[in-house]
Amino acid sequence: MEFLVAHFSQLVFAFLAAMSLVGALGVVLLRQPVHAALSLLASFLGVAGLFVLARGEFLAAVQVLVYAGGVMVLFLFVIMFVNVRAAHKEPQYLRPLVPAAVVGSLLFAALALGAVWALGGRPADPAALSAVAGEQLGNTEAVAWLLYRDYLLPFEVVSVLLLVAMVGAIVLGAKKREGERA
Amino acid sequence: MIPTQWYLVVSVAMLACGVAGLLLRRNFITVLMSVELILNAANLNFVAFARQLGDLAGQVFPVFVITIAAAEAAIGLGIIVQLARLKATVALDSVKEMRG
Repeated sequence: MEFLVAHFSQLVFAFLAAMSLVGALGVVLLRQPVHAALSLLASFLGVAGLFVLARGEFLAAVQVLVYAGGVMVLFLFVIMFVNVRAAHKEPQYLRPLVPAAVVGSLLFAALALGAVWALGGRPADPAALSAVAGEQLGNTEAVAWLLYRDYLLPFEVVSVLLLVAMVGAIVLGAKKREGERA
Repeated sequence: MIPTQWYLVVSVAMLACGVAGLLLRRNFITVLMSVELILNAANLNFVAFARQLGDLAGQVFPVFVITIAAAEAAIGLGIIVQLARLKATVALDSVKEMRG
């Protein structure tokens, strides 16, 4: 019991990390796209929890709203709309898995070792993540100050990008009428 | 206190899953999902380093990444819908006219 209390944040981290990674594995391993999409949803929610643990409350909310809400609905909608049942006889993967798994695990081991070795020192004071000009306000407010003051130009450019994507999706999705050229 | 390395290892594992799905899966829709996994791994790294360095800029960039991921998903799924109309399948190896 004392162990539970003393290591509460570590245990929560372990649970959320396991949720994210099992979900991520499910995306690769599950055959049916609907199952893969639900597994991806679990992964997104786990990552949102990890954001909360790292003092990114605003990002966690955005993650749940945009990913778990918007993008997942889009994916599920298209899966239902296309409605192609993966035939059980057909191969699920493009290439033989064994060499890919070996190369991939080596790459993973190298990156993970690098990540563990490269970094020393304790995290900075978490109060810095919710302060505006030295005053404690809140994570959302601090992110908003930074976003609308220092990063205003990228913010506007991204909004133009969203407009372009919206127009592009409509052009791609629209049916061609008679006599209309591509 | 959770070490930043833990975040990095989770992020690397998620990146590995994403790359594996991107390169190996035959279903176009799950390939797009793998791209989302990769972007999520990048976001996790941003947030972990924001925490390590106490620099809030690392929590602003994921906002942009999430926006771009949403745009990419919309376009990709539009392409998938057109592909399904054209070929009645979403298997990637059914589209090889250009020998790419």
